[in-house]
Amino acid sequence: MTAPTPFEVSQATRTSRVAGVIAIAAVAVLAAAPLWAGRADMRLLSEIFTYLALASLWNLLAGFTGLVSVGQQAFVGFGGYMLFAIATFGGIHPLATVPIAGVLGAAVAVPVGILIFRLSGAYFAIGTWVVAEVFRLVFAQISTLGGGSGSSLPVAVVRSIASGRDLREWFTYWCALVLVIGVLALVYGLLSTRRGLALTAIRDSEVASESLGIDIWRTKFLVYIVSGGATAMIGALIFLQKLRISPDAAFSVNDWTAYVIFITVIGGIGTIEGPIIGTIVFFMLRETLADLGSIYLLILGLVAILIMLKSPRGLWGFVVERFGIELFPVRRRVQVGALQGEGKAPREPG
Amino acid sequence: MAAGGRLMAILELSQVMKRYGALIVADQIDLELAQGEALGIIGPNGAGKTTLFNLIAGTVRVDAGAVSFAGRDITYLRAAERCRIGISRSFQIPHPFGGMTVFENVLVGATYGAGKGERASYGRVMEILELTALTGKANALAGALTLLERKRLEMARALATSPRLLLLDEIAGGLTEPECRELVEAVRQIRSTGVSIIWIEHIVHALIAVVDRLAVIDFGRKIADGDPRQVIESPEVREIYMGIEADA
Ligand SMILES: Nc1ncnc2c1ncn2[C@@H]1O[C@H](COP(=O)(O)OP(=O)(O)O)[C@@H](O)[C@H]1O
Ligand SMILES: [Mg+2]
Repeated sequence: MTAPTPFEVSQATRTSRVAGVIAIAAVAVLAAAPLWAGRADMRLLSEIFTYLALASLWNLLAGFTGLVSVGQQAFVGFGGYMLFAIATFGGIHPLATVPIAGVLGAAVAVPVGILIFRLSGAYFAIGTWVVAEVFRLVFAQISTLGGGSGSSLPVAVVRSIASGRDLREWFTYWCALVLVIGVLALVYGLLSTRRGLALTAIRDSEVASESLGIDIWRTKFLVYIVSGGATAMIGALIFLQKLRISPDAAFSVNDWTAYVIFITVIGGIGTIEGPIIGTIVFFMLRETLADLGSIYLLILGLVAILIMLKSPRGLWGFVVERFGIELFPVRRRVQVGALQGEGKAPREPG
Repeated sequence: MAAGGRLMAILELSQVMKRYGALIVADQIDLELAQGEALGIIGPNGAGKTTLFNLIAGTVRVDAGAVSFAGRDITYLRAAERCRIGISRSFQIPHPFGGMTVFENVLVGATYGAGKGERASYGRVMEILELTALTGKANALAGALTLLERKRLEMARALATSPRLLLLDEIAGGLTEPECRELVEAVRQIRSTGVSIIWIEHIVHALIAVVDRLAVIDFGRKIADGDPRQVIESPEVREIYMGIEADA
């Protein structure tokens, strides 16, 4: 064997380092929102955070593992109802119920996953939707949670969140910020490490992944459970902000899946950046056009069709192709020989 | 090599059957491969050669018959598990992970197939890229490779799993004569590390330069299996190979 050539492997790029610094600054500014933003602005920002989180999770499912779910509202609604049930009857602080809803969401994803993983392709998608409908019907039967017409979070519970309305809204806002950062970190963490290799490989070729030792079923199942749990946490937070829940709102396929798919697809499916761009575009459209009523929905549809035709990999796909930028670098870059003599190259045993 | 002069069988197929509808693509195939042995497989297009690899690697399950590897019955083992216990294959039609770099493609094999940590695999990955002449492409997206590079990547990924049995499916097609010699040299080198090999190839002289045995598949049946020269010169095989010239 020839003497090993020195090399180094890194993931960060110059753009990504700059992006990292900007991201930290942005988080600091956003965390300080109570100082500079009004109540309505903070509500809008919270909503943006929740949609970004939902889209990132849907993208993880559909874009990387090929699990095209149109039933993630099952977990949003489940999380919301868990919050109402536990905070009302369990006497636990409402903010503390958010992670509990997450754990329960992950737990309920296990039997649901075992059931629907028997289906593939379009049948899987339909299966997820049927499951969400079943959830809706079941929760509509639970009269202690308001049955079909829903219920409001009791005043005492609302008061227990924080003293005063401002503080309460700040808490839920921060909670949304923490959740979206957590979700982005989770997705990036999953994709930039060894497990991300498997996810990206599965995205690109299942047959090759399998023959290279990747357990496809297990990998997908794990992602399904993780995203189910995280989606339930977001659901809990959404209804903590709304203070009111009903089966139709909780399990709305429009609100929690259709818009989320729109965001991911126009932004760029199968990339971490895609949902971020998609969320920005979606809210810009909504804030400028929402007064138009049903015409707004038509425009959304047109935008989606146009982008899918012009740039099938979404707006971010276009940016990558055009400028080769990566904000969340998951790719490993090898530098061969460049470090010769510096003694920095890792010496690999055997 | 096993003790007592007898070689342990690394792979054993017995009465393996596979059909697609009315088409029988593997017809009662018996096949044995000794530890460290290199077997060549030839046969016309559509004969069932690739299917045989699918059955050995677990990409496709047998309809009947049994497959065992290193003395263990693996008939019902899934492809990923077969890879992890040491069976690795290249695909005739390359299946690169197009959105990943060449380096990462090979890293998948090293981490998941060979079960090593990511950092602990880097050195091995670089060695394999060197062996398969892909070092210069390490950072290229696999989706942007030429067909020949994709084929080399197939072999590189398969090697990265540290296989005990390597299945190579038509990796020499389209190579120039010097490239073909390089490939033969690379396969020989792999073999010299103790890896057992089955190599499907139309370029018979390349095969003969490496393999100990040659088998012929036609219409899903194994119609010859033995010393490469004798097999090539048997009238049955000559008849099938009227078109494909055995220029060895
Ligand atoms: N998944 C499949 N479904 C139906 N027919 C198949 C499938 N895979 C292979 N075949 C058929 O099986 C036969 C053998 O194919 P293959 O094993 O690829 O042949 P070879 O590798 O010897 O050229 C061909 O006729 C092919 O069309
Ligand atoms: Mg073939």
